[in-house]
Amino acid sequence: MNRNRLQHQVACMRKSLFDQGYLDEPFIQLEELQDDANPNFVQEIVTLFYTDSARLIQNIEHALNSRPIDFNKLDDYMHQFKGSSSSIGAKKVTNECTVFREYCSAENAEGCIRSFQQVKQEYAILRRKLEVYLQMVGQAAVSQTA
Amino acid sequence: MKFSCGRGAMSITSSSAAWKPTDVVADQFPAGLRVLVVDDDPTCLMILEKMLRTCLYEVTKCNRAETALSILRENKNGFDIVISDVHMPDMDGFKLLEHIGLEMDLPVIMMSADDGKHVVMKGVTHGACDYLIKPVRIEALKNIWQHVVRKRKNEWKDFEQSGSVEEGDRQPKQSEDADYSSSANEGNWRGSKKRKDDEEETDERDDTSTLKKPRVVWSVELHQQFVAAVNQLGIDKAVPKKILELMNVPGLTRENVASHLQKYRLYLRRLSGVSQHQSNLNPPFISPQDSTFGPLSSLNGLDLQALAATGQLPTQSFARLQAAGLGRPTAKSSIPMTLVDQRNIFSFENPKLRFGEGQQQQQHMNNKQQINLLNGIPTNMEPRQLASLQHGGQSIGNMNMQVASHGAQNNQNNSLLMQMGQPQSRGQILGDTTVSHSPRRPSSMGQPILSNGMAANVASRNGIPETIGATSYNPVSQATSTLNFPMNHASELPGNSFPLGSTPGISSFSSKGTFQEDVSSEIKGSGGFMPSYVKFNDLSQHKPQNWELQNVGMTFNFPQHSSSLQSNLMQSVLVQQGSSGQMNGHNRSSAVVSRAMFSAGDIKEHGNAQNVNQHLNNLVDNIIRVKSEGVFDTSPGNLFPVHFGQEDLMGALLKQQDSIAPTENEFDFDGYSKDNIPV
Repeated sequence: MNRNRLQHQVACMRKSLFDQGYLDEPFIQLEELQDDANPNFVQEIVTLFYTDSARLIQNIEHALNSRPIDFNKLDDYMHQFKGSSSSIGAKKVTNECTVFREYCSAENAEGCIRSFQQVKQEYAILRRKLEVYLQMVGQAAVSQTA
Repeated sequence: MKFSCGRGAMSITSSSAAWKPTDVVADQFPAGLRVLVVDDDPTCLMILEKMLRTCLYEVTKCNRAETALSILRENKNGFDIVISDVHMPDMDGFKLLEHIGLEMDLPVIMMSADDGKHVVMKGVTHGACDYLIKPVRIEALKNIWQHVVRKRKNEWKDFEQSGSVEEGDRQPKQSEDADYSSSANEGNWRGSKKRKDDEEETDERDDTSTLKKPRVVWSVELHQQFVAAVNQLGIDKAVPKKILELMNVPGLTRENVASHLQKYRLYLRRLSGVSQHQSNLNPPFISPQDSTFGPLSSLNGLDLQALAATGQLPTQSFARLQAAGLGRPTAKSSIPMTLVDQRNIFSFENPKLRFGEGQQQQQHMNNKQQINLLNGIPTNMEPRQLASLQHGGQSIGNMNMQVASHGAQNNQNNSLLMQMGQPQSRGQILGDTTVSHSPRRPSSMGQPILSNGMAANVASRNGIPETIGATSYNPVSQATSTLNFPMNHASELPGNSFPLGSTPGISSFSSKGTFQEDVSSEIKGSGGFMPSYVKFNDLSQHKPQNWELQNVGMTFNFPQHSSSLQSNLMQSVLVQQGSSGQMNGHNRSSAVVSRAMFSAGDIKEHGNAQNVNQHLNNLVDNIIRVKSEGVFDTSPGNLFPVHFGQEDLMGALLKQQDSIAPTENEFDFDGYSKDNIPV
């Protein structure tokens, strides 16, 4: 594909990710951390995030399904999840995590379950978009060197 | 040796002789700071690691608290600072914080996505030196080195406060205000004076050996026994007599136990937050009265007991820390752990600095000296002045401490002192320490600490970049001299990191000069604190310094007002520094001159401009050991004329009303007595 076009697409998508609130400042920090020593830093971090998130989501599911619900543990897991999602700048996901934790501290099981659905949804959306985006970034980079 | 770490290692390349503090600081320090980051979140951990590397720190990461602890235990002096997450599965972050504080006494930064007030407060009460909210920005990490410096400085201050007792000459109980300044200075000065000729870097100075009076050394073991006894009895029921019986330590008196118990109680109280306000909240460094508490904030939350238990603490340091933690309200540590404590503190510091054990003795001596220096600080110092001094001198104080503690290497000491760079009114102490040890051991000089390798050494050892905030970047080229006073990285020291215009610096500056010569010998054990310290050593090594004696007189003009005078002095001092000085002799001269300048300034204050001039001339003619320390601020931190306000400097100068008179004598370090320092 035409390199300029690719780059343009990358730029557009990136902008929309930020404008629509999927990504936030920390993501920019990640991009800035990427350098010659770590040319795929962003991708590496994001991949790590996916792996870790999968684990945490599973834990939360499990905790939500157990009876009685251990809200402390739930809060703990969600705290972790919130921490890592905020580290990569996953803004919407992080916000949903905050909502969840509020329900959690109120020991509102119903609220927790509902908001967790939101968390998972936002996470899925972000992941999809990021995958597309990073793939494009990778392509543009390759096309540049080509 | 060059400091070269694996990643992000910054080799301490030499700064050119015309090294500018800002340059160096910006370029070098805090590169190489050894950070241990602990977080169970792999994403965060990786991001943090990358960020820290980008800051040119040397990073070690681990995802479990237990792992972190064992890493730290195995590598006592391998790290400068720890960053830890609060929520971790295997151990609560605060618990880890306590452990680290107790065992290694490293500054610990907590981080969490949780920004709730009570969590942050918990961090404070447990002794965290900072609390970062996730997601952490790289900007927040860039400044973490300040905690390392601050901690060292605080420890130094504690040391001073508690120390300086050995010297029999110690002035009688100074007012609380002056606590560390006066007593410490005094003690230091005297100590240094006496020591100067006596001590060699290899002095086997035992904790008590150099002490004039017998004192109980609350070693880690002893304290452990004490705590065990107290716990057995119950803190409420623990009375000295019973504790003494339980401890069953021959030679220990009820009085010893009683005073120790008092401190211990204070310490516990502090831990529980009762006295928080005293120690932690006092701004800058606590008002003089509280100075003892100030630096202890880091001690809060530390379980000295545990610390002692771990045996990590060098004998005395524990006691000292505890004493510090106990917040001796009075400047003088009534505790018997004066020098001893000091030493311990230093020793304690040592591990951190990775200084050789051999330095203990030196430290001991240094500590004393430093303390003496502090003692010398005019007691009249206004509390605020003192506070500001302390404040400014934080780093310097630390350095001094460091320097002192690492008696082993003069160089190291020097560098430490120099490195501290922080503007401290107490720079004097440094000067004193260095000055007092006239015999500089070439061997120690040779320590890589300074510039050429020293800095690197120190850096590598401590992982701290050459200058702790000071310009002390050691020019690699020189093994010694470039007086890289780390002093204040922020300020521009002409060539030497000597901040211009920072009043306190003057004294320290001059001290620096002296340092060069004597530093190595005097500052024992400070060794490895920082590369910057090394610089100091270098200086003493008489490497071409940036000083030039001839410059000394150049800027010396007696302004009509004190502030001008001060600035002149500073200028002079700075100039000295800036010029490539031939160290040995020059250092002295410079120091002398600097001192003369100060004295002159003082004289001037008193309206004896003429005398001042003469004085100065005399000084120049009599290049003797520089007694830089004494000039006015004996605070250890004063070595570097760091941002010390002119008023403070003036205050200090004024304090030494009579100091000017015997200028010549003053220059002789040994002879430097408190005369100059109004007590």
